[in-house]
Order: sequence, then structure tokens, then C-alpha cells
Amino acid sequence: MSRQMTGAEMVVQALKDQGVDTIFGYPGGAVLPIYDAIFQQNDIRHILVRHEQAAVHMAEGYARSTGKPGCVLVTSGPGATNAVTGLTDALMDSIPLVVFSGQVPTFMIGTDGFQEADTVGITRPCTKHNWLVKDADKLAEVIHQAFHVATSGRPGPVLIDLPKDVQFATGTYTGPKQARTENYQPKVKGDIEAITRLVELMETAARPIFYTGGGVINSGPAASQLMCELVDATGFPITSTLMGLGAYPASGKNWLGMLGMHGLYEANLAMHDCDLMINLGARFDDRITGRVSDFSPKSTKVHVDIDASSINKIVRVDLPIIGDVGHVLEDVLKVWKARGRKVNKEGLAKWWGRIEEWKKVRCLAYAGSETVIKPQYALERLEALTKGRDRYITTEVGQHQMWAAQFLHFDAPNRWMTSGGLGTMGYGFPASIGVQIAHPDALVINVAGEASWLMNMQEMGTCSQFRVPVKQFILNNERLGMVRQWQDLLHGGRYSQSWSESLPDFTKLAEAFGWKGIVCSDPKDLDDAIMEMLEHDGPVLFDCLVEKHENCFPMIPSGKPHNEMLLSADAEAFSSGAALV
Amino acid sequence: MAALNIKKGATSHSAYDLRDTHSDVESSHTLAVIVDNEAGVLARVIGLFSGRGYNIDSLTVAEIDHKGHRSRITIVTRGTMAVVEQIKAQLGRIVPVHAVIDLTTEAQPVERELALFKVQGTGEKRVEALRLADIFRANVVDSTLESFVFEVTGTPEKIDAFAELMRPLGLVDVARTGVAALSRGI
Ligand SMILES: Cc1ncc(C[n+]2csc(CCOP(=O)(O)OP(=O)(O)O)c2C)c(N)n1
Ligand SMILES: [Mg+2]
Repeated sequence: MSRQMTGAEMVVQALKDQGVDTIFGYPGGAVLPIYDAIFQQNDIRHILVRHEQAAVHMAEGYARSTGKPGCVLVTSGPGATNAVTGLTDALMDSIPLVVFSGQVPTFMIGTDGFQEADTVGITRPCTKHNWLVKDADKLAEVIHQAFHVATSGRPGPVLIDLPKDVQFATGTYTGPKQARTENYQPKVKGDIEAITRLVELMETAARPIFYTGGGVINSGPAASQLMCELVDATGFPITSTLMGLGAYPASGKNWLGMLGMHGLYEANLAMHDCDLMINLGARFDDRITGRVSDFSPKSTKVHVDIDASSINKIVRVDLPIIGDVGHVLEDVLKVWKARGRKVNKEGLAKWWGRIEEWKKVRCLAYAGSETVIKPQYALERLEALTKGRDRYITTEVGQHQMWAAQFLHFDAPNRWMTSGGLGTMGYGFPASIGVQIAHPDALVINVAGEASWLMNMQEMGTCSQFRVPVKQFILNNERLGMVRQWQDLLHGGRYSQSWSESLPDFTKLAEAFGWKGIVCSDPKDLDDAIMEMLEHDGPVLFDCLVEKHENCFPMIPSGKPHNEMLLSADAEAFSSGAALV
Repeated sequence: MAALNIKKGATSHSAYDLRDTHSDVESSHTLAVIVDNEAGVLARVIGLFSGRGYNIDSLTVAEIDHKGHRSRITIVTRGTMAVVEQIKAQLGRIVPVHAVIDLTTEAQPVERELALFKVQGTGEKRVEALRLADIFRANVVDSTLESFVFEVTGTPEKIDAFAELMRPLGLVDVARTGVAALSRGI
């Protein structure tokens, strides 16, 4: 299929041919031809945002909850620079995005023209790849290649910078099948010898653990399914990073809960004491490892990752397997079954015995209250009252995010969207909009902190305009809670700039945008208030006034090993001076 | 409670896996990176080194296949085995990079650099400069009554040595190309 059309028409045609139904964007001078092409068709829905950063986070929410790439359209200069935080966020968390930015006409590039920015230069380190297209005849192929790169191998954001004259110019359109993609074909099958070696290790290990991450979810639903099969068949315990929650069901019998800085006691101690660590699609982030030199000192480490650069980057592993988690798991299962489904039963029984002891510590225990809503309690009630529903959760960044990861439970992948690698305050609200647009009938809740939520609150208008019924559940502690917590534990309680001053009246704010506003401060009213939120057929801003001085535990202070975790009871005794990271 | 006993190299065909990547010893590595000759590709490679804090001792780049639009970037870098492995993996991740070859690990590569030296002087010093240039098989590519420009090719060490000798003899300017390298044999 090849036809003559303008560059702007090609953008729309290529999106259709790639199966895109929604694009998040904001117009400006340098993308007017594309907006004109969008105006003249009905296949692709354009969601008009209120800030380009939010457009990118919406596309992330859309992508992560569907497994399809998210698409964004922004203008040149400020439109593109506003997208940078979102691109960096997507790069850190391996989210596939295709972002189109307008650019000044080719003959003006380099002249400091109006709204000119070196967009490919600025976004080079925060995209998986980017292109400046100067020739309309090459545009269609570049767009198709962009989708291929964004979604193949380790997924990530890509950007196409489109000078205005190229959008006006006529060229030949070619379809996705004609695009050359053979130059970029990451290896998906793991080395079968290495896989066999892994099975041998699994057969004899006395204290094995699966340590899983976002890569399992990125690999697709089949990978999660295969992983559950393997975990249940072997009887090995499993823990996951923040990014991997839901790949193995939280209701599953082998689930230890999340690991890491605010992970569960049993998960972190099991990681510390295991003799075989099987890392599936996780990357030994510093929020997971704590002090690297003391990280799981007694274990043989196996690392399955599609990105060769993740291997031996932080932690040296004994057995690397480069490949797609889903493909590798398929082979692991085959080999393990063919060799007689062996495990070290005796060792495992003892291992579970130790884990059960650790569980008795009840590391998530907190002091309840009759008079003030504890944030943990609010989440326990939210969990109880939404159980069994078709539910998607996004979060902002801070204490509420960690509590949400601890107290909400996910039984399926793609149901939990949070900013892990970059930790971007302002992510959750727009991400929830993106999720809701992809799943119009589902229950979509953003668990937010009041400070984070304000960072992209302008998107209330987007929700009203497109009738997006997202629920914004704000755990309002009137504090930059996570900052306050570090100051409390590590900076002598000097709370420098870590409170939320001059907050709006959230219910009036809701009203101003035609939303429903709910405020709740008494634990006795909480259930009714949550039900009121769930029953409302439209966007809700829920101002949940919670305990202001609650700290989030367990906590591994940064730079400490897993077995020096703080529980709430130890916290008072702890004081160690400032942390470096 | 010892770690499970795992045979080193049991699952790989590469000799690299037999070496301890954890050694703290830094060494110099010459990498050949074959890339699509497209806009921005050099910026991607350099940005990787600056962004992740790796060293570049020398870098050269030129198109080597006009029809195929392929360029060869030769980078001399320095680091522990683990860092060099990480550099190679990171380079391999760049979309327009086709191959990353660690010439130092595969074999002692042939390495050559070209340099131009401007030496100013008269009388005894001028004669001495010319005599030494002859020993180093340097060509005189420009001369005035008070200056020479010498062209020297050789290993970086040879060029360093020549520079040292020229310094007291009136060296005023140096231009070096950086290292070009190929593996030995076939
Ligand atoms: C854009 C951005 N700026 C600063 C930070 C640093 N930071 C991490 S958590 C936090 C406080 C968040 O406060 P809030 O949203 O109210 O959540 P809480 O911790 O109170 O639950 C800050 C400032 C960040 N993660 N992102
Ligand atoms: Mg707060």
C-alpha cells in the first residue's frame, strides 16, 4: 500500500494502521497541520489535556493498563520541554510510548526561531530512541519503526520530531508491513544451556526465592501466567518489586509481599537468607538492594532480563539469562517438567518454617485510633470495600504510595500503575485518567498525597470535559509526608519546608470543576464516605484527612542491609545521621 | 551455609565468563562500535559516556561503508572489567548500534594514530628536531625558515614519546587524530 498524502495526514494514517484509538495532546503553532488532519477524521480520539506533562503520564497509564503503546502529540518548544518529565518517567519504568512533537520548519532549525528547542537533543537521554524527520517520504517508515522500537525488547518511550514544513509537504505513504525493522530485533529466547542450569539449581536449592519485577508485566499476560504456574508447582516463595505487583496474585499461597525499602519483613529477610535467588525481570534497584555489599550474601543469583545491560550492573550474578521473561519461563517449565519436577522438599519445608516465623512479626502492624483516620486504616477499608471489583489503582509518590503497595492487594497484572524508577509526584492523577479512558467501565482510583496531587491538578478540567469518572483518594496529612519522615529519622526532626501550607478547600475545588467532593476526618464515617465515592457516577475528589505524623514502616534506611530493617517499634531508637541517597 | 556450587563458565561459550568481572584493576580497552551513519548517532554514544560517568581516552569516527551508511567509532576507554562490560552492554542497547567489538579482549589489536607537530626554532635545536623526526620516520609536511610541521603515525605511545622529545626543541602546537584500530589476523 503506498499513496500520496501530506506529512500531517501520514501521522493520522500511520496511527490508524498501528491500531491506535486514542492520542493525548495539546496543540500549538508547530503542530497545526496535524491538528487539522485530526479534525477531519473520527477514528482516532484526541484527549485534550491541560499540560503536556500530564499527557505523557496519561499515555503511560493507558499503556501500562492495556499493554499497548501510549501516544502523545505536543507542539514544539515549550510543548516538548513540558513532556520531558513524562518521557524520563516512562524510560525509567520501561513504558512503551510514541510521542510526536512539532518543530519549526527545517529551514529555520538552528536560528533560535520562535518556539524552537533542540527537542531531539533534549530528549536523547530520556527516550529509548528519537528521530528528527526532515523528509516527508521517510515519515511513514519512521513512524512504523518508532512503534516497533517502543514495543520491542525492553519497552520504552520514543519521540518523533516533526518540522512544520514536513507536515505540509506531500510524500509517499507506506504501510507498517513495508517498514524495515530487521535492524532492531532484540533476542527473546534464552540460552537453553543456561536454562537447564537454572533448573538444576532449582532442583537442589534449600532456600530458593523468586524475586520478580516489572519485566514480567511488560512481557505480557502469558508471562505472568507461566510464572504463577512455576511458582505454584515448585512451591517456592515469591516476592516482587513495586513495579511487579499483580503478576503473581497477592492471594496466592506463596506470596511474601513486596520487598525493598518499604517492603515486608518476611520478604526482605527471605531475600537476605536465601541460597538461590531467581530474579525475573527486575533490576537490583538501590531501593531493593540496600547496601549492595551486604545484599543476600549467601545466595547463588540467577538473573533473567531482556536487557543485557541490566546484568551485572549493580549486583554480580552467577547465572545470567538474557531473554524475554515469558519465553524463558516457558522453557524453564518445559525442562523442569521433563526432568521430573524435582525440588528439595525437605529444605523447602524448613525454609517455609523460617518464613512463617518472620511473618509472625506482623511488620505492617500499626497503632489504630478511634478518633483520627490512620492512613493504613483508610487503605484497609478501601481494599475491603473495593474487593472483587474490576479495579485499577494508580498512585502519586510518597508515603501514601508505599502504604498503597503494602495494604492494597493485586491479583492480576496491569492493575497497578505507579511511578517507580523516577518517583514522579504528579504522575498518579493523569495516569488514572489514561487508565480510565482505556477502561471506561472499570473502577479507577488514584491513591494520592495532597502535595503530589496538586502538581497536576489542572487535569480536573480534562476529566470534566471527557466525563472521566476517576476517583481521587487523597490521604491528606498536610505534609510532604515522605520528606517529613526522612527529616524525622535522619535530620533530627528539623522539618524544613515539608508541610503543605495554604491547601485549597478540596470540596469547593471539586465543585468548581463540576466534580463531587467528599471530605472525611472521622474513622467512624469512613466506610460510608468511601461507599459514596464508589457509587458516584462521575469524578470524585475525596479529601481523606489522616494522621499527620504517621511514619511508613518497615523501612530499610538507605545504605543499610536488609537485615537492619526498622519496624515501627525500633524507629524511636534509631538515629544515624543523614543518608546519602 | 555456602552458596550453591556453580561451575564457572558452565553455561557460556565465552571466555569472558571465566574471568572475574569483579576485579578492581582498571585497564584500557579499545572498542570498535559499528553504527548506522545517521544524524545524532555520535551524540548518543558520547552522551552515554558523559551521562553514566565513563572515561573516553580517545575517540575517532568516520563512515566506512558509504553504500550501507555504516560508520565505525573507535573508542579507547578505561575501567574495571565490570565497568567495561557495562559500557559494552550500554553501547549495544543504542538502537542504531549494530556491533560492539572489544578489540582488547579479543586480541592485541593493531592501533595507529596520526599526529601533526609544529616545532619552532633555529640553529642547533632545529637540526636536532629534524634528526629526531628522521628516527621516528616522521614526514616534514610544511616548513619555513623557522618552523616545521611533522607528520607522525604510530601507536599512541610512540606519538607521546615524540611529543616529549619535541617539547624542549620548540614544540608550539599538536593535533592528533585519536586511535584507529583493527584486530590482528582474520
Ligand atoms: C516532582 C517531585 N518533586 C519532589 C519529590 C520528592 N518527594 C518525594 S515524596 C515527597 C512528598 C510527597 O508528599 P505527598 O504527595 O503529600 O505524599 P505523602 O508522602 O504525604 O503521602 C516529595 C516532596 C518527588 N518525588 N517528585
Ligand atoms: Mg501528604
